Amino acid sequence: MRSVIDIMDLSVEEIDSLTETAESIIKDPAAFSDRCRGKKLATLFYEPSTRTRLSFEAAMYELGGQVIGFSEASNSSVAKGESVADTVRVVGCYADIIAMRHPKEGAPLVASRYSSVPVINAGDGGHNHPTQTLADLLTIKREKGGFDGLTVGLCGDLKFGRTVHSLISAMSRYKNVRFVMISPSELRIPDYVKINTLDKNRIPYTEVTDLESVIGELDVLYMTRVQKERFFNEADYIRLKDSYILTSEKLAGAKADLSVMHPLPRVNEISTDVDSDPRACYFKQVLYGKYMRMALILMLLGV
Amino acid sequence: MIIGQIIDGIVLDHITAGRGVDIYETLRLGELDCTVAMIFNADSVKMGRKDIIKIGTPIDIDLDVLGIIDPGITVNYISNGKVAKREHISLPATIRGILKCKNPRCITTIEQGLTQEFRLCDEENKVYRCVYCETKADTSSLK
Repeated sequence: MRSVIDIMDLSVEEIDSLTETAESIIKDPAAFSDRCRGKKLATLFYEPSTRTRLSFEAAMYELGGQVIGFSEASNSSVAKGESVADTVRVVGCYADIIAMRHPKEGAPLVASRYSSVPVINAGDGGHNHPTQTLADLLTIKREKGGFDGLTVGLCGDLKFGRTVHSLISAMSRYKNVRFVMISPSELRIPDYVKINTLDKNRIPYTEVTDLESVIGELDVLYMTRVQKERFFNEADYIRLKDSYILTSEKLAGAKADLSVMHPLPRVNEISTDVDSDPRACYFKQVLYGKYMRMALILMLLGV
Repeated sequence: MIIGQIIDGIVLDHITAGRGVDIYETLRLGELDCTVAMIFNADSVKMGRKDIIKIGTPIDIDLDVLGIIDPGITVNYISNGKVAKREHISLPATIRGILKCKNPRCITTIEQGLTQEFRLCDEENKVYRCVYCETKADTSSLK
């Protein structure tokens, strides 16, 4: 039974195949509108995430399939104390594929070990979010034409930002990629990401605290939200949340073909006046996310 | 110094000099009611100095725990006064059910019946990470 829990569960060839499928869907969505007829996706969302859940649901509906599930734990048997293992064993009797969002890190891995149907990790705490990374990769491919030789700036919360960690892992498999990490010292990229991914693959990177000083070097600028829910201490959150805000003034020093990305939702880390700049890609990224989820569902269902 | 021959039991050999007490305590050998002999700083051609522990009865030993504390140990299983089996211990690739993940956000903190599991990620520095959340294991309780 094939599940996707971590972006590294997918080989480079599989990611290439998924992006090709997604691009085929973009070109001719009608050709895919019946591919999942008779199939059901269960969206098991143990914490609210309207955006990701709607993306999965839209993806399944556009493939002609149906959707069941819950959008918060209090509405489910989880509130009665049911384990993840038991929940997926039950849901596997009703659905053909599961998308799971869970506040506890590793919950989708547990689910995949007990499920009789494929499990897609739709985000587990501050850990992995592979379908966001698939959205990011399709965005980069379509905006930049490929991945090799890019200088990618990662800005904001690089410590807790799971999308950043997954993107680094995925991009580290391409040639001549360079990262510029832009964050306050408290929210730097964790050492294990540096040791296990960057150093191990000899990926060059620099760490800076100032966005403006490096923005001119970047081909891609990946902004992240400083997430309140990742902090134990509210005072720390308030002190750091406004540290890195992208404005039109800061963008003036950037390349003309920079791609500004963001996993969304944003709070205020990208000023709304950037939205009309042609370099802003974050709403396209949302759309690409749906197409990649469609491609992933097709791959895992083998249809 | 003469220490009697074991008829049935276990000899832990090639223990790094000075680590014998850690192993004695971690394996709770003091709770056994058989003969247990500790030899410190024995001469060793291979190691210079080594510790040796002789246990005068066959017991189940968690080789993963031994591997974490002191990879390189040799476990000799003695039967009828002869070495019946010899195992060379190394760092285990995975550790199950011994350590507990310290990450409060890890699924292991709430999921019933889930065995704690850690994977060796950095052999040189003996770094293990939780297979569920990738948090670095605290192996200090085993030293």
